[in-house]
Amino acid sequence: MQATTSSTPAVQLPGRRPLLTRKGWGAFFAALLAVCALAPLLNLWVPPDSAFHLSDYAVALLGKIMCYAICALAMDLIWGYTGILSLGHGLFFALGGYVMGMYLMRQIGTEGNYGSELPDFMVFLDWKELPWHWMLSDSFVATLILIVAVPGLLAFVFGWFAFRSRIKGVYFAIITQALTYAAMLLFFRNETGFGGNNGFTDFKRILGQPLATQEMRMLLFVLTGCTLLGFFLLARWLVRSKFGRVLQAIRDAESRVMFSGYSPLPYKLTIWVISAMMCGVAGALYVPQVGIINPGEMSPAASIEIAVWAAVGGRGTLIGPIAGAFLVNGAKSWLTVVAPEFWLYFLGALFIAVTLFLPQGIAGMARKLRRSGGEARPLAGTQAEDRSPAAKEETRA
Amino acid sequence: MTGYLRKLALLACLALPGLSHALAPDAALAMAKGDSNSRIAAMQAAIADDPDERTAAFLRALAANEVVVTDDRALIVRNGQAQDPVSGETLALPAGAESVMNNNRMRGAISAALAALDLFAADAGQRLKAAQAMRQSASAERLPLVEKALAQETDSRVKQALEQIRASVQLNAELPAARLAAIDTLAADASPATRLLLDERLAAESDDQVRSELQRTLRKIDDRLAWGERLGVAFTGISLGSILLLVALGLAITYGLMGVINMAHGELMMIGAYATYVVQDLFRQYLPGVFDAYLLAAIPVAFLASALVGAILERSVIRFLYGRPLETLLATWGISLILMQLVRTVFGAQNVAVENPSWMSGGWQALPNLTLPYNRIIIIGFAFAVLALVAWIISRTRMGLFVRGVTQNRPIASCMGVNTARVDTMAFALGSGIAGLAGCALSQVGNVGPDLGQSYIVDSFMVVVLGGVGQLAGTVYAALGLGILNKFLEGWTGAVLAKIAVLVFIIAFIQKRPQGLFAMKGRSAEA
Repeated sequence: MQATTSSTPAVQLPGRRPLLTRKGWGAFFAALLAVCALAPLLNLWVPPDSAFHLSDYAVALLGKIMCYAICALAMDLIWGYTGILSLGHGLFFALGGYVMGMYLMRQIGTEGNYGSELPDFMVFLDWKELPWHWMLSDSFVATLILIVAVPGLLAFVFGWFAFRSRIKGVYFAIITQALTYAAMLLFFRNETGFGGNNGFTDFKRILGQPLATQEMRMLLFVLTGCTLLGFFLLARWLVRSKFGRVLQAIRDAESRVMFSGYSPLPYKLTIWVISAMMCGVAGALYVPQVGIINPGEMSPAASIEIAVWAAVGGRGTLIGPIAGAFLVNGAKSWLTVVAPEFWLYFLGALFIAVTLFLPQGIAGMARKLRRSGGEARPLAGTQAEDRSPAAKEETRA
Repeated sequence: MTGYLRKLALLACLALPGLSHALAPDAALAMAKGDSNSRIAAMQAAIADDPDERTAAFLRALAANEVVVTDDRALIVRNGQAQDPVSGETLALPAGAESVMNNNRMRGAISAALAALDLFAADAGQRLKAAQAMRQSASAERLPLVEKALAQETDSRVKQALEQIRASVQLNAELPAARLAAIDTLAADASPATRLLLDERLAAESDDQVRSELQRTLRKIDDRLAWGERLGVAFTGISLGSILLLVALGLAITYGLMGVINMAHGELMMIGAYATYVVQDLFRQYLPGVFDAYLLAAIPVAFLASALVGAILERSVIRFLYGRPLETLLATWGISLILMQLVRTVFGAQNVAVENPSWMSGGWQALPNLTLPYNRIIIIGFAFAVLALVAWIISRTRMGLFVRGVTQNRPIASCMGVNTARVDTMAFALGSGIAGLAGCALSQVGNVGPDLGQSYIVDSFMVVVLGGVGQLAGTVYAALGLGILNKFLEGWTGAVLAKIAVLVFIIAFIQKRPQGLFAMKGRSAEA
């Protein structure tokens, strides 16, 4: 700090750089092309017996994993860039899913097993009318709003109380875990109107169109892919803005940020709410593709798995968590078929190995491998102590 | 069960020197043949006036499915030998004899009849049990039997129980005065059963004076029952609290003192519970004579098993993650997954059966509607014993001194020649071992399965968060407080809303006191 009292800052701050490098944009558009053109082409128009045919199973699996990747990206924003580990992101994911699920339940109309306007499980419980919290579920527009509003609102209220009293680190992680655990218990109950154990399933159509066709599945796939890429750009823009810099400063030395005159509360709260909303969107995209939503998505294990995707990929990079989600879930769907009893050993070993040997994830490893050119930028708050020289940046408050 | 009844009935017979009314052949036939109604009526008649020991033997044979009937007589068949129930002489098994089938209603009636005979057992405890069982089915036909038992009864508690039976029969007597007297007797026993009885009578009562007396007695009973309920909730709360305390004590060391957030703590408990299961099986196989003592042997085994696993974990994984709590959280979660899957591979995914030793089953009837199970009482005692032990180790022993020294200032402790790495391992093993003790205790009250740890881990971390880090007192108060609060809320709102309410309470509480109930003072509090 002493070095920077003069008018010229002692640190060379990076100037405004484009959102993505030329190569970055190239890769981005290649991905966009693959999702929007190549995948539909290979799935819908290449005959099934061709070697290039993309099977329906692969479309469903990739679509699901892209939803998970959105969650990993959201987790990265709050954990990798702000240093706040949330073990409750599964809750936001499930909330978005439940909002969407109820809309799809209403779309079944009178074609359910009981032929009633009400969803089957409500008829089964002998309910006569829709409970108040599902009143808006027949409107698609309202559903779209609620998909981000419900997780956002819950995150705002919870975050406001938590951040205000400066709950952080492990405390925050545990409290969020308890939150999702409590919500899971609540959703498991029949009388709360969330379908209990079975959740929502047996969907038939969306916006009046049948859901089970190949074309609709492809459409949802493309939509998910575009959302993922869109969120990636959004996240990229966020973390490179001044706002994002403050977030990273909070991650590395929160006290110093406060002493420099910033109040961390609005920053943390904003990114926390954005992250929750992203998870809600991911959940809403997940439900029509997978065809079921139940309280199992809120189990503490599901939430902590999101953290592992981010950790495997590399916190504090944006591409890392997305890659991590693909890798871990790809391994999961392969292993649970080949050797189901080994999946948990593998996952457990992955948790340990990543924390012990790969604190910066795959992205960090890749960076290390091609360190020869350019200076190596330290990553996420894994080595907060080593970053003390960089703390000088904070003087530019 | 039938063997037990047989023994009881045998005792009953020995205690009845003056049984005069002999079993008649046609009575035996009536009890064994015909439809259920007539058989039950015959049985009531047979035990109502002075049954002899042949009647008891015949009933026991009926209960054990050892009776056959021909057209004109009933016979007891044992080991292929037929026996006349009246004379006791051995006969050849007549051709065409059919064995007697008993449906559930019949079985209930037979055991009720046998229990009624127990009213004359030599042992006062058996007589009391018989009298209490008879209360459920008190009817006017039993009155002569009860009167007879009452006349020769010497034990005051049995006498009281018998009087209760008589009163509950007389509650429906003709004379209002007799009813009033019955109410007065019944009021002495403020149990839910009495309440039900009086309530039923109130609905049928026409006499005003008896009505008002009934209402007054009901109110009185309600008051006393309410106390029983409140105490019951407090007890289950303390019981839950003691379990949380056991779970959280280990955490208080690994997380509270060492700062290691151990998500595998629940799985260390699970290992303790499975160690108990293994010890139980070994005892059953090799030392069946002292089976009841298996739990005493299981306690050190559970401690050592979990402590060993804990020490291995500390040496191999956790030691490299000190000072990185979030990474520790993830790594230990991974460990918990592996341990759970390991147990599934070794013991199977199903729950395993851990039996209570006989001295832990049953309960202490503190109030008519409040029975405190022995296993819960023992666990409460055990929890506080472990607490005392931990407090002693931390505050009085050399090792405790090292642990405190290392946690307060690692470099200085190291300078003083303390082998900090070893102290870390020892402390972590101690915390893990206590988790094993918690698992051993849990195996006595709940299911033992691979998921055992998962269900307690959230609660126990809440305890640590609420209690604050760095000392034991906060853990104790937080565990008991949360346990009792949880159970009281459950009474009002149901289990799920209670959990949510507790969570909201903790978040609100942390607003006021971010460092927990008992904050560490001074600079170390910031860390």
